[in-house]
Amino acid sequence: MNKANKMFNLSRRELSKNILVAGTLLGLTPLMPIAMAKSKKDSRFDQSHQKSTLSGDEFFLTVGETLLNITEKKRIATTINGLIPGPTLRMKEGQTITIHVTNTLDVDTSIHWHGIILPYQMDGVPGISFVGIKAGQTFTYQFTLAQSGTYWYHSHSAFQEMTGMYGGIVIETAEQKINIEQDKVIVLSDWTDENPMAVFGKLKTQGDYYNYNQPTLFDFFNDVEKSGLSGAIGKRKMWNEMRMSPTDLADLSANTLTYLMNGQSSKNNWTTFFKQGEQIRLRFINGAGNSFFDVRIPGLKMTVVGADGGELEPVEVDEFRFGPGETYDVLVKPAEAAYTIFAQAMDRSGYARGTLVSSPGLSAEVPALDPVQELTMVDMMGDMSSMDMGNMADMDMSKMDHSQMEMPASRNKASQTVSHAIQEQGPSVDMRVDTPRINLDDPGVGLRNNGRRVLTLADLKTVGGVIDVRPVDRELELHLTGNMERYTWSFDGVEFGSSTPIHLNYGERIRIILHNDTMMTHPMHLHGMWSDLEDADGNFLARRHTIPVQPAQRLSFLVSVDAKGQWAWHCHLLFHMEAGMFRKVVVS
Amino acid sequence: MNKTTYMPLVKNISLLSLLSILSFSSFAQQMTSHAEMQKMDHSQMDMSGDNEKDSLLLTTRSAHQYSDGYTLKDAPFSIAGPKQLKLADEMLFWGVNVDRFEYSNNRGDYEWVYDSQFWVGSDYDKLLVNFEGELSDSGKLDESSSELLWSSALTTFWNTELGLRYDTGEYENQTWLAAGGSGLTPYWFEIDAMFYLTKGGQSEFQISAEYELLLTQRLILQPSIELSAFAKDDLEQGQGKGVSDVVLGARLRYEISRQFAPYIGVEWVKLFGNSADLSISEGDESQQINWGAGLKFWF
Repeated sequence: MNKANKMFNLSRRELSKNILVAGTLLGLTPLMPIAMAKSKKDSRFDQSHQKSTLSGDEFFLTVGETLLNITEKKRIATTINGLIPGPTLRMKEGQTITIHVTNTLDVDTSIHWHGIILPYQMDGVPGISFVGIKAGQTFTYQFTLAQSGTYWYHSHSAFQEMTGMYGGIVIETAEQKINIEQDKVIVLSDWTDENPMAVFGKLKTQGDYYNYNQPTLFDFFNDVEKSGLSGAIGKRKMWNEMRMSPTDLADLSANTLTYLMNGQSSKNNWTTFFKQGEQIRLRFINGAGNSFFDVRIPGLKMTVVGADGGELEPVEVDEFRFGPGETYDVLVKPAEAAYTIFAQAMDRSGYARGTLVSSPGLSAEVPALDPVQELTMVDMMGDMSSMDMGNMADMDMSKMDHSQMEMPASRNKASQTVSHAIQEQGPSVDMRVDTPRINLDDPGVGLRNNGRRVLTLADLKTVGGVIDVRPVDRELELHLTGNMERYTWSFDGVEFGSSTPIHLNYGERIRIILHNDTMMTHPMHLHGMWSDLEDADGNFLARRHTIPVQPAQRLSFLVSVDAKGQWAWHCHLLFHMEAGMFRKVVVS
Repeated sequence: MNKTTYMPLVKNISLLSLLSILSFSSFAQQMTSHAEMQKMDHSQMDMSGDNEKDSLLLTTRSAHQYSDGYTLKDAPFSIAGPKQLKLADEMLFWGVNVDRFEYSNNRGDYEWVYDSQFWVGSDYDKLLVNFEGELSDSGKLDESSSELLWSSALTTFWNTELGLRYDTGEYENQTWLAAGGSGLTPYWFEIDAMFYLTKGGQSEFQISAEYELLLTQRLILQPSIELSAFAKDDLEQGQGKGVSDVVLGARLRYEISRQFAPYIGVEWVKLFGNSADLSISEGDESQQINWGAGLKFWF
């Protein structure tokens, strides 16, 4: 062993020890994930000769541990080819892609190709699509690409994604030749120095552990001053009665997270170059474990032209929000010399940022974080006025027809009759929305009336319109549920471990209604098949793979059940997924 | 040691929790009706009192209605063997919560007071071991009360608790059957209500309520009230019939982190009835004020 190696191993052992000591002080040791706690001699990559972009039809990826220093504390990350994010994979539509993934960790790993339509055995979800990739083994994925656009990949094993295993995928169309100079992949993510399982354990003990923006006594006094005693009490009444917090905007905050843009903290300021006057495409990927980002480039209009890989009718906006799993392509034409790409976390506790510059050494002003907007009645109750308006006819109809669930699809829009699952009556659920809002033009809490043009789901229009014109065979309604006090998350009040699969018949076309009985936005990702988002009137909007459902919102999408096998369907906030907001979907 | 282990056994033990629910159905009913009330409140708000629509909302479905009889293990394309996906909802967590570890002044005597809990379990079923007591300045254990409880989720915010309590101290050691519940009321009052029974037929009721008032994000004032009552006199054990004591307390803590907070606290203890007489006959007073400083921490 040469000296350098020896030193490395020493420092490595020391590091593990230090983590353990620090962990013990915080009481975290028992939760150290195996990947972090164990020392491995040969798994560190030399990052210097790893390419951050790979292209072709055959890829070699190695999963391993890498020493990192994101917050000036050394930590061990799980990485792909030693990089965070992992290398961007550039492919071409129509190609048959072969990807060899070698696992140098001590534990199982996996990679899921997020948004790619492929055979279920290649989907990379351990325990559902395959058994996972054992330590020391190589698994070869192979699939043929029948799509183009911006996608991404990530580990689907435990919390490996949170500790660094994610990267972008760009698929060119058959005839396209992308000029990489004008085509930038921007992966947003979040990082914690803590062991994610320890963080999860803390939330199990105290759901608001990381929320340092809770209403205090002095806020109350301020409200009394502003709106009188009864006003201040009134404002709190509902929240206090329901035992919920109006500032419960994110489970994790900057208190533990560092927000990253292409692996760089805001301090490190990821920077990319452009030629003034030239149009560039920015491919935004939200690869965060648990963070929604609100993205804008002050001084620059963004033309949104793609969502989740699919092409959209262009929409010009100032800002868009997206959650873990979603991707957006935007076109910008910078005229000035420098711009800040600003991505605030939804709870406004921090941000990721980078800089677009025309020449080295320039910088642009970084805006202040927006003030925190509290959740409102709309987020808790949904649309109270809807009860008095148009839905009556709908309701009377369904009242006559008790078999509405299995009703053959003469209906061309989603049922608006709320049907809570029996299991929602138990301790797993802290809220049931009886009058959901069904409009999709709300940008969501924190973005309302902020003076900027913010993208909403209602703006999304897939180029060419409806893709599958077949009528809907049946309608499935599922509710997104949870209990913030116990920190449990589920579908229909049932966590994954106690659930049964959702069985879909191969060849059918179904409508899925997602009804959010919680006060958080959930980015819902169905594997293996597209989610064709529609509006409340049944008009097709856009083809997605990950659909964010806002608090107290009810929305629907259509699925062409054209992929046999077993698939995962879950909230892409990793902690919600791990807590059980997860279903297995069986297509046969 | 691994804090999380799979424990499918939890389900079996929930039989015990069922027992606890049955044996305290009145308590449970109270809590449930409370929950029902909450629900009604909401639906009233939502529905503006429209009964017709209310009945529509009651058309509930099962969370399993789309399974066509398949299970997680047994469905087309299921991978063979035990390598099925397991998420954290099937894991076991544990923790230690030291709510009080303080040095306090009690009638001029200094003593150490502790109140802590070890817990292990799943989201809805937990084993609790509670330790509460006082040590004299010299380190001698003056008084202790320990509990072994099975806690089971009953409603969104309420758990039932069933188990045993064991007291040592000034009087003869005593074992109690313990049953009750804990939870959160609207307006965020944390309640613990327990009923205890000895073999000899003595019973005790204890209830406590706590509230957390955020002065800042980290400076938190916590008022509390505790009440105990006995069913009959047992002067040998220092227990007087009726309400025996009420404790009003206030603690001001500063959360250096969520898991580590030093505090100062004061409590006013008032004894009543025979318990007060007993105390006076032993040369103590029937009310007192204790000051203390300590640490609250958990991991």
